[in-house]
Amino acid sequence: MSIIQKTATEQLALLQAGELTSVELTQAYLDRIEQVDGSIGAFLRVESDSALQQAATIDAKRSAGDSLGKLAGLPVAIKDILCTKDTPTTCGSRMLEHFQPPYNATAVEKLLSADAVILGRTNMDEFAMGSSTENSAYQTTQNPWDITRIPGGSSGGAAACVAADMAPLSLGTDTGGSIRQPAALCGCVGLKPTYGRVSRYGLIAFASSLDQIGPLARTVDDTALLLEVLAGYDPLDSTSVNRETPAYSQTVHQPLEGLTLGVVEQHFSEGIDAEVATSVQQAIQVYQSLGATIKSIEMPHADYGIATYYIIAPCEASSNLARYDGAHYGYRTDQAEVLAELAEDGSDEGPLVRMYRKTRSEGFGSEVQRRIMLGTYALSEGYYEAFYLKALKVRRLIRQDYDRAFEQVDLIIGPVTANPAFAKGEKTSDPMAMYLEDLYTVTANLAGVAGISLPCGFTSAGLPVGLQLQSAPFEEEKLLRAAQMYQSATDFHSRRPELS
Amino acid sequence: MSLTRQDVEKVALLARLKFDDEGLDKMTSHMVQIVEYVDKLSELNTDDVEPMAHALDVFNALAEDEPRASLPREEALRNAPKNDDEYFRVPAVLGE
Amino acid sequence: MSELPYEIVIGLEVHVQLKTNTKLFCRCSTAFGSPPNTQTCPVCLGMPGSLPVMNKKAYFLGMKTALALHCGIPKFTKWDRKNYFYPDLPKGYQTSQFDLPMSEEGYLDIKSTKDEFEPRRVRIIRAHLEEDAGKSIHDEAAGKADSRIDLNRTGTPLLEIVSYPDMRSAAEAKAYMQELRLLLTYLDVSDCNMQEGSLRCDANVNLHITTDDGVIATPIVEIKNMNSFRSVERGINYEAKRQYDVWQETGKVLGELPKQTRGWDDSAQVTRSQREKEESADYRYFPCPDLIPVVVTDEQIDEVRHEIGDLPAALRDRLESEYDLTTYTADVIVNQGLGFVEYYLELAAASGDNKLAGNWVQGEVLRILNDLEIGISDFGVSAAALAELLKLIQAGDLDSSKAKDVFTVMLESGKSAAAVVEDLGIEKVDESALEDLCRLLVERNQRIVDDVKNGNEKAVGALIGQAKKENPNVNPGQVRQICLDIINSL
Ligand SMILES: [Mg+2]
Ligand SMILES: [Zn+2]
Repeated sequence: MSIIQKTATEQLALLQAGELTSVELTQAYLDRIEQVDGSIGAFLRVESDSALQQAATIDAKRSAGDSLGKLAGLPVAIKDILCTKDTPTTCGSRMLEHFQPPYNATAVEKLLSADAVILGRTNMDEFAMGSSTENSAYQTTQNPWDITRIPGGSSGGAAACVAADMAPLSLGTDTGGSIRQPAALCGCVGLKPTYGRVSRYGLIAFASSLDQIGPLARTVDDTALLLEVLAGYDPLDSTSVNRETPAYSQTVHQPLEGLTLGVVEQHFSEGIDAEVATSVQQAIQVYQSLGATIKSIEMPHADYGIATYYIIAPCEASSNLARYDGAHYGYRTDQAEVLAELAEDGSDEGPLVRMYRKTRSEGFGSEVQRRIMLGTYALSEGYYEAFYLKALKVRRLIRQDYDRAFEQVDLIIGPVTANPAFAKGEKTSDPMAMYLEDLYTVTANLAGVAGISLPCGFTSAGLPVGLQLQSAPFEEEKLLRAAQMYQSATDFHSRRPELS
Repeated sequence: MSLTRQDVEKVALLARLKFDDEGLDKMTSHMVQIVEYVDKLSELNTDDVEPMAHALDVFNALAEDEPRASLPREEALRNAPKNDDEYFRVPAVLGE
Repeated sequence: MSELPYEIVIGLEVHVQLKTNTKLFCRCSTAFGSPPNTQTCPVCLGMPGSLPVMNKKAYFLGMKTALALHCGIPKFTKWDRKNYFYPDLPKGYQTSQFDLPMSEEGYLDIKSTKDEFEPRRVRIIRAHLEEDAGKSIHDEAAGKADSRIDLNRTGTPLLEIVSYPDMRSAAEAKAYMQELRLLLTYLDVSDCNMQEGSLRCDANVNLHITTDDGVIATPIVEIKNMNSFRSVERGINYEAKRQYDVWQETGKVLGELPKQTRGWDDSAQVTRSQREKEESADYRYFPCPDLIPVVVTDEQIDEVRHEIGDLPAALRDRLESEYDLTTYTADVIVNQGLGFVEYYLELAAASGDNKLAGNWVQGEVLRILNDLEIGISDFGVSAAALAELLKLIQAGDLDSSKAKDVFTVMLESGKSAAAVVEDLGIEKVDESALEDLCRLLVERNQRIVDDVKNGNEKAVGALIGQAKKENPNVNPGQVRQICLDIINSL
């Protein structure tokens, strides 16, 4: 078995035992990327030189007997939405094509101080807006299980690179399902932490009250390891919560006694693919056979999740993305052209407003523009109460559904998506159909609870199916331990796509 | 609550975006479709519900008033599409 | 004023830069006057991914000010975004407070020492925190060249204090600004330097005009950029006249035109329309998702309340009622600031003569401070030293003109009053010798005696002049009294 087929936890043990160097491991991944990423397109930029340099430094530290961080020598891929000092961070947008942040995101700082090796930047939907990674301004990413299909999104590159063994660990972000959905469609594990668990400092905002950074990996224990490094209070993020980070990687193998799982009936009603439903039902039976109690629960407002989300997220986005106006950083339209137009049409719109409008229309892709428009509309005079304020109230109702559910059960179990990976281009002309991809995932973001997606089967066409577990806020430890119970009893996580 | 092409044009100015005729038609039809969908929230009675802007029950993230180093000016201006080594440069605010 | 054919209705929005070391949401310095764009960081540049963290000191300085303005402090307050595009606002929104400000419903009393208006209580709607924008420098030939943007000021903490439309003249508006500035100085919450922009004023102005059909109101205009007391007064008066002229011309009343924004052009002394500000008037306020609310306890509010020392209004009352000063003198003393008041209080206590102390600080001390353009803290004669001089006056050892001479030398030399009196050779004249001199002068000047007897007391002044010629050290007041006594006894 090749080294890159081993899990991160196994690789770490080999590194610690001196049976593997970080340079060897990093090189193996670089070779694999070289070999397969041409057909997958997971990476926007591979940082080979700096990765090998970092790896060599860590190897040297190890042989000198210096103390090392928790990820010492392990390569990690980063979604191109996290700011990294003095290197491009594009967010999948033309707008930030040449943007080089003068600082590191806290999550990136944490990786560096854990002695991880940063392998490169993964592709994503522009500004994390999308469910297929087709909205990237640079390239599409193919699903490693079927390259005619999408990998999910917005963290499509992050999931695809793990699924195709191009990185053992990767960082994604999840605003409405953007970690869990691609993890499900690519057959890997992805966790969206509780809102406030991981610092958002340096995460380029899409919808600030929903965004969370989280780990993607092939196995639950690898996920636990990466979350342990990412989590923790950050005084630079007012919305990060000051709480102890549990030692997830230490406890992940402890099964939970007397586990009660809640099932929401609506999850299996109309719209869900029969094979997906079957895989998820079978997973529920596995839990039963492991001693878990299954309880039917009500989430009466779950059906309003998409509507609520597609008001709140665009509203916040319309404001968060106002900063991209060509004045202080990022793309600016050709100024001479603006002035020439001004001379021509003689309307009373001044040069600055023209520059703004032209810059933003050229720099943003159509999905981003659509969401900015929606959010601007929903916040504007006369519509605020009917849309934005209403959505905030329904958000409370959704949270109350969760609170009531977690009084009765430990975790909620169900599907991640209604369907397996769809064909490229299938939903690009129908925004509403694309938005409905997030049906089972958005409510966790709205409520701020944690959720994990893990492989639970394959369709007859060989496409992965994901299982979602959701926990009450700050119960990631429970989430990971329960997920590990399932993983120990099944082997869906160890299947590999065939790539030439 | 029907959304017209004119409304969309007004919103585009507010959002500092600009569409050509075809783009405006497409945007209008997409927005109409989405607004119709999200309007399903009006089915719910939310009279006594407190709005929820944050998914957190924490308060008072306050920092001490202690200065930290600012960025060197070259760093601050480095990403600017146009600058003169001292200032950011933008097209004139007022048109003549 | 009252002859005007209209009444001016004025509400003020005052932006106060709070005295913090760092900005409202990042820890960049707020120092004034640094080279452009040297006090910025990812947060105040609005860089992608950066996040704000609220300055604790700014919040508590805001609360202190609000309490001094008799505002209520809600237990819960939150931050909102005000969305608009402008190059001095790098995030594309200003973080401010919308529906749940940190304080509401207070007041500030104003009165005129020159009887320009009746005393008035100006009610305050709210005082809330927000961040300042940067500075745009526009080319002279507007529209031709680029504008230059300096973001040093971006994110500086501001307290916006919004009054009800309770003022009825430009003089009242000016007095409100001056009283507010004085209060802020006493609280030590702001530099209050209007030239540096740490105190800025916008006014909402319209007119109530009595017509044959009743009182009509003109459309409200917001005047911006009035950055001195004088421009507040002139800007409002200009705008009132302009509105009256427009109304006469168009007949348009409140509700028939949208609210207009006009900028005060200090060099041209006119207000000008700022159309570009109106176009983006849909600010789409919503709660800032990056900042969490602040919750305060009664104990914290009380703690801040206790930090507030003596404030101008209370001190004026005290100087009038306890120290028996005139309204005018009390006002002059209090308006000089807390240091000056403390100087007075110490002088009054040490000299034992509240009135004399009041006259001296308001007269000599203030004259010298103004001449030298210094504050009381740089003044060379301590209250204790001046008190010694006042005691000599009270004892009749010095007349007031001599005392002023002594004071001048004290100021130059730093010596005590007693030492200066000795240096100048000022001797106390023996009481019986003085009486002898006066008797002699009365005898020599029968005409003056007749004049006085006929009711012209002033005539005695000539005797004082003669006495001074005989002995330069005589106390004129004493001479006057003795001479009058002698004449009356004749
Ligand atoms: Mg304001
Ligand atoms: Zn800063």
